[in-house]
Formats: sequence, C-alpha cells, structure tokens
Amino acid sequence: MNNEEDIITKIVVISSDSVLPIDAAMKVYESENSITIKETCFGTMVTGPRASVNRVVEEIRAMDKNHIFVKERGFSPGDERRCRAVRGGGPRPGFHYLREEVQMLPIIGKALDAYDRHIPPAEIHHKEKIDVSKLKDIIESNL
Amino acid sequence: MVKVIIYPINSLILSDLVERFGHKPLAMMEKIKEKINTVGVDSPPLNITSEEPKMGLKYAAVEVPAGVRGRMAIVGPMIDEAEAAIIVNDASMAFGCMGCARTNELTKYLIRQRDIPILEVDYPRSEEEGMDFVYKIANFLKSLPLEEKQ
Repeated sequence: MNNEEDIITKIVVISSDSVLPIDAAMKVYESENSITIKETCFGTMVTGPRASVNRVVEEIRAMDKNHIFVKERGFSPGDERRCRAVRGGGPRPGFHYLREEVQMLPIIGKALDAYDRHIPPAEIHHKEKIDVSKLKDIIESNL
Repeated sequence: MVKVIIYPINSLILSDLVERFGHKPLAMMEKIKEKINTVGVDSPPLNITSEEPKMGLKYAAVEVPAGVRGRMAIVGPMIDEAEAAIIVNDASMAFGCMGCARTNELTKYLIRQRDIPILEVDYPRSEEEGMDFVYKIANFLKSLPLEEKQ
C-alpha cells in the first residue's frame, strides 16, 4: 500500500461535558504527527497517515473515553463531492444521519460509564400499544 | 480480533463500539474511501461506475432496481468478509441517507443467512433501553475471540 492510499479521515464526535472540540484540536496541534484537523459543529475531523491518525485519535479519546466517539469517513474534508462550499450550501450528505446519532450519544456515554462500573442494567418498561377495541371506544365516545 | 459487520452499515455508534471493544468494524465508510480513491471514479457526484450493478448481480436478481445492485456491489463483499454481525432494528435513520429499504432488507437477509455469530438489538429510545443496548453489544463483542485468526 503506498502512502497516498494510506491517508485516512476520522470523524471525532465529542459528546462530553468536560472536553470541547478545541481541546481535541489542541491535542492534535501538540502532537508532532503530520496530520491536519478541521473543527466542525459536532467535533473534529482528523486527516493523515493511518498510523498517525489512529495514534492521535486514541489520545483524544483518552481525554474522556466514554463520551468521545470515532468513526472513519470515506471522503476527506473539503472533497467536492461532499463539501457544501461548492454545492451551494445546505447540509452535506450524511449530516442528518450523523445528527440523529449524535442526539443518542449522551445516553450511550452514560451506559458505557455504567458498564465500566459494573452497574446491572435497569429493567425496561415497554409502553404497550393501545388495544383496537379501546381505540374504537375512544373514537365513538368523541362522536 | 474479529471482523464485525454492522447494520446500519455507516453507524457511528456501532462502528465506535466495535472498535472500542477491540474488533474491526466492517463499515460502509472504509469501502467508500477505497471506491472514491480508485482512478476512474472521479466524476462528482457519482461514486460508482456502470460495473457496480453488474457486480451486484451476485447478490440481487437482474429485475431488482440497479440502485439496489449498485449498493450491494459494495455491501455484498462486506457481508462475505464478516466473521460476526450486529444488526440494529428499527433505526429511524436506516432509511434516508442510507439509501433504500430494499437494500436494507436484502442486507439483513444475507447477514442472517451466514453461519456467523449475530446479535440483533432494537434501536434505543430511552435511557434504560440505551443501557440495555450498550450492555448487549458489549457482552456480545467480549464473547468474540480477540486473537487474530491465522
């Protein structure tokens, strides 16, 4: 694998009360690795050689390991096929998906904290769906 | 370390959890990266060539829409490569940016056909469900061997 192929981008989503995206960016600037970083509204994007990116991402994750989430990204930052600067604005493809998951991250982070502390899972109470006959009664009572 | 295919195939939460517990997530993002870095696929916004729907014929019949076959050309090899799977049902975002329901159905079907450890969980909607979701996934991933297969 040549160097050009080995350049990867990772999305670091920060859902922490104690770490800000700028803290993560500073961590990257402090490192001597030849990588670039872009701050975004949900965290940061880190681009560079695979080994360096993995090392830096692990360092960032260690800042608040259960509340910082990472995934690889296919496109590099600014890629014309995704970057909204050249697409006339609007959310980039994939943003809504990420936003939906980001809303879930505080719950996932709390659950990871509980898992680390070996707290047994709470019992789940599913809301039962309304019975058809009961629904009919409600409809008829309003008539 | 086990190669774990995740569904939804570009999920941040699943990809992160798989990596966190020491395994390799098989996710769409890596495959897309390989695809877009291939010389010849450089005409935005198209990321696939006319070859993909042909490759997809291995996974879907010819009367299936070309979009499904095109997607399966990327997802299919990931399913073949997988050594374990995590399927999250009822994820609202699995429809939309991810493409089409037909591809999703076929992906889940083909994963279930494989003789590999599979975990199926529902997408969490509350804190209790989130806890259950993470515990199930963590226990499943911990039950998989961490050593590299020879």
